[in-house]
Amino acid sequence: MNKRTVIEPGGKSKNYWKDLWDYRSLFYFLAWRDVLVRYKQTAIGIAWSVIRPLLTILIMTGIGWLLKAPIPNGIPRFLYVCAATLPWQFFANIFGEASNSLVTNSNLLTKVYFPRLIIPLSTVIVCLIDFFISCGILIVAMVVFRYTPDWKIILLPLFMILTLLTAGGVGLLIASLNVKYRDFKYVIPFILQFGVYVSPIAYSSDSIYNSTSIPQIGKLLYSANPMVGVIDGFRWAILGGNINIYMPGFLVSIGISVFFLILGIWNFRKTEHLFADII
Amino acid sequence: MEPVIKIENLGKKYILNHRVQEKYVALRDVLTEKAKSIVRPRKAHFHSEREEFWALKDISFEVNRGDRVGIIGRNGAGKSTLLKILSQITEPTTGRAVINGNVVSLLEVGTGFHPELTGRENIFLNGAILGMNKKEIEKKFDEIVAFSEVEKFLDTPVKRYSSGMYVKLAFAVAAHLEPDVLIVDEVLAVGDMAFQKKCLGKMEEVSGQGRTVLFVSHNMQAVQKLCKTGILLKQGSIIANGGIDSVVNKYLETNDVSQAVYDLPVQENSKEIQGYATRIQIEDVNGNLLSEVPIGKRWQVRVFFTLNKNVEHFIVAMGLCNSLDAPVRTIYSTPGLRPAGNYEAVFTSDNILMAADIYSIVIGLSSYENSFYYKEHAAALHISELSELSGDERIVRVSSVGLILNPIDVVINKLG
Repeated sequence: MNKRTVIEPGGKSKNYWKDLWDYRSLFYFLAWRDVLVRYKQTAIGIAWSVIRPLLTILIMTGIGWLLKAPIPNGIPRFLYVCAATLPWQFFANIFGEASNSLVTNSNLLTKVYFPRLIIPLSTVIVCLIDFFISCGILIVAMVVFRYTPDWKIILLPLFMILTLLTAGGVGLLIASLNVKYRDFKYVIPFILQFGVYVSPIAYSSDSIYNSTSIPQIGKLLYSANPMVGVIDGFRWAILGGNINIYMPGFLVSIGISVFFLILGIWNFRKTEHLFADII
Repeated sequence: MEPVIKIENLGKKYILNHRVQEKYVALRDVLTEKAKSIVRPRKAHFHSEREEFWALKDISFEVNRGDRVGIIGRNGAGKSTLLKILSQITEPTTGRAVINGNVVSLLEVGTGFHPELTGRENIFLNGAILGMNKKEIEKKFDEIVAFSEVEKFLDTPVKRYSSGMYVKLAFAVAAHLEPDVLIVDEVLAVGDMAFQKKCLGKMEEVSGQGRTVLFVSHNMQAVQKLCKTGILLKQGSIIANGGIDSVVNKYLETNDVSQAVYDLPVQENSKEIQGYATRIQIEDVNGNLLSEVPIGKRWQVRVFFTLNKNVEHFIVAMGLCNSLDAPVRTIYSTPGLRPAGNYEAVFTSDNILMAADIYSIVIGLSSYENSFYYKEHAAALHISELSELSGDERIVRVSSVGLILNPIDVVINKLG
C-alpha cells in the first residue's frame, strides 16, 4: 500500500512523465498487439511491407523517367527514388497510424486510465518494423547496381530519428484534434496524397532550388515541407557521392519539424484530459 | 486508520450543446419516414444553447480497508460517472478524491481484447491494460487459464469464442489482479449463472484478503450478497449511505414513488396553436399509476391534450425511443375530426415484449400534413428487468439480447 492517488480537477499533470514511464509495459504490449494483428489474416503477411514501397518506387521512377526529371549523375534513378520513398513511407505510416490511433482505441480511452500518449507512441513500433523490412529493397538495389555508400551512411539513424520526430509531431497534433473533430479523418489521406507530390520523391530538391523559373517565395514554401529536409538528408546519407544538402532549405525543414513536434505534444497534453468525455 | 478512499465534495459537470440538436434531427428523420404529418421541425425549440448538467454533485464519503461497498441508483444517477472519476478516466469538475493503494477498475469485461488475437495473447494484452506487468502475468498465467475454463481454446482467436467463453476469459484475468481497491461496474450481467456465482465468490475472496471493493450493479441480490455497505445515488447526489440492506430498501422505495405522472410544461404559444398535450401518465391496464413496468406486464400510456379549435383529420401519435435514442415504435390514432375541448388518449400495449430499458416517449399532434405539436422526451417508460413471466424459460431477460423478447416456437427434432 505505497501508492497514493489524488484525484482533483487539473491534477493529473504533476506525475505525468513518471506515469508514462510506469506504464511502459502497456506500451510494449500495445505495440506487440499491433504487430501481431498486422500480419494475422493476411495471406502473404510480411511481404506487404516490401510490395507496397516497391510498387511506389517503380511508379515514381517511371514518372521521373517520363518527365526527364534531372537527377545527379552516376546514380541509378531507381536507387535515387528508393532512397526517398522509404523515408516517405515511414513517415506516411507513422503519421497515418498515430493520427487515427486514439479513435481506433476509443474503447480503451473510455474504460481504463493510462497516460494517453502511450497509444500514438505505441503505433510507431509497427511502422519501424515495416521500415526495416522495406530497407531490404534498398540493400538489394545497391547490390544489383553495385553502388557502394560512403561513410555518411552511418549518419542514417539520425535522419530516421528526424523522420520519427516529424511524423510523431504532426501525428500527435492530428490525433488529438481528430478526437474532437472527425473532419481530420479526411485530412489525413489528403495530406498523404498531396505529400507524395510536394516532396522530392520523383525529382530532386536541387531541381527546385536551382530552378530559375520558381520564385524565391515558392522555394521557401517548398522547404517548409518538413519531409523535404528528411528526404534530402536520407539521400545525402545513403547515396553519398556528389549529393549536397541545400543548407538553408534543410534548416527551414528541421525548424518546421520541431515546431510541429512542440505544437503536437502541447496540444495533446492540453486536450488529453477531455478525450474520454468527448470521443 | 486512514480510509482507503476519501472523497470530498466531488462533482462533475458536463456541457450539453449542439449535439442534442443533431441527435434530434436524425431521430426526426427516422420518424418522419413513416408519417410526415406528425413531425415537423420546430426550430425555435432547439436553438444551440449550452446547457450545464451536473452528473455528480457534492459527493463525499469514505471507504475503509476491506470494505465492500455497493453503489446503486437508477440509470443516469451518476454511478458510472463516479466510477470513471475514481478510475481516473475522466476528471472531476470540483472536489477531490484520495485513494491509498493500487486501483484496478473493471468498467467492462475484456477491455482491449482484440478479436484477431488468441486467448493466450489476449490474456497478456488485457493483463497489461489492467496494470499488470509481464512477469506478474506469467506467474499467474496457469491460474488464470484454469479459472477461465477455456484451456482448450487458448490458441484460438477470441473472435471464434462464444460470448460466454469470452466473458469467462476476461473475468479470469481481472479476478487475478491484486489491487488494493477493485472497482467493478456491472460486468457480471453477462455470463451464465454458475459462472456469475464463481465470480461473486472470487470477489468475496478478494475483499476477504483485505482488499476494498466498489461494486455497481442493478442486480440487488448480487449487491446484497456481496456488499456490507451501500451508497444510493439519485440525480448525482447521495441520498442514502449505510448498511446494504437499508440502502437497498431505500432504493426499492424510491423506485415506487418515482415518476408515473409527467406534467408537460405549458408553451408560450399554446393558445395560438391548434392544440397541445398537458400531461402523460404511465399506468397498468386497470389505470393504476406505474413508475416501473416489469417485463411482460401490460401497460398503457395516457396522454391528456387540449384542442383549441376543431381539428380535421386529427392524429395523436406516440413514439418510443430506447436509451440509445434509437426509435423503437411509433403508434398513431385513426385520423378523424375532433371538436375543440379537452381529451385523453390511451395507448395500450400489445403482446410485444420490449426489452428492459428506459424508453423516451415522443408525443405528436397533427392535422393532415401539419404537425402543430411535437414533444420529445415528454415522458419515460421504464420497462424493468423484474419480470412477471419468470415461469417462461424461453424469455431471456438480460439486456443485450435484443429489443423484442417474445419467444417463438423452437422445434428440436432428433435426427437418425
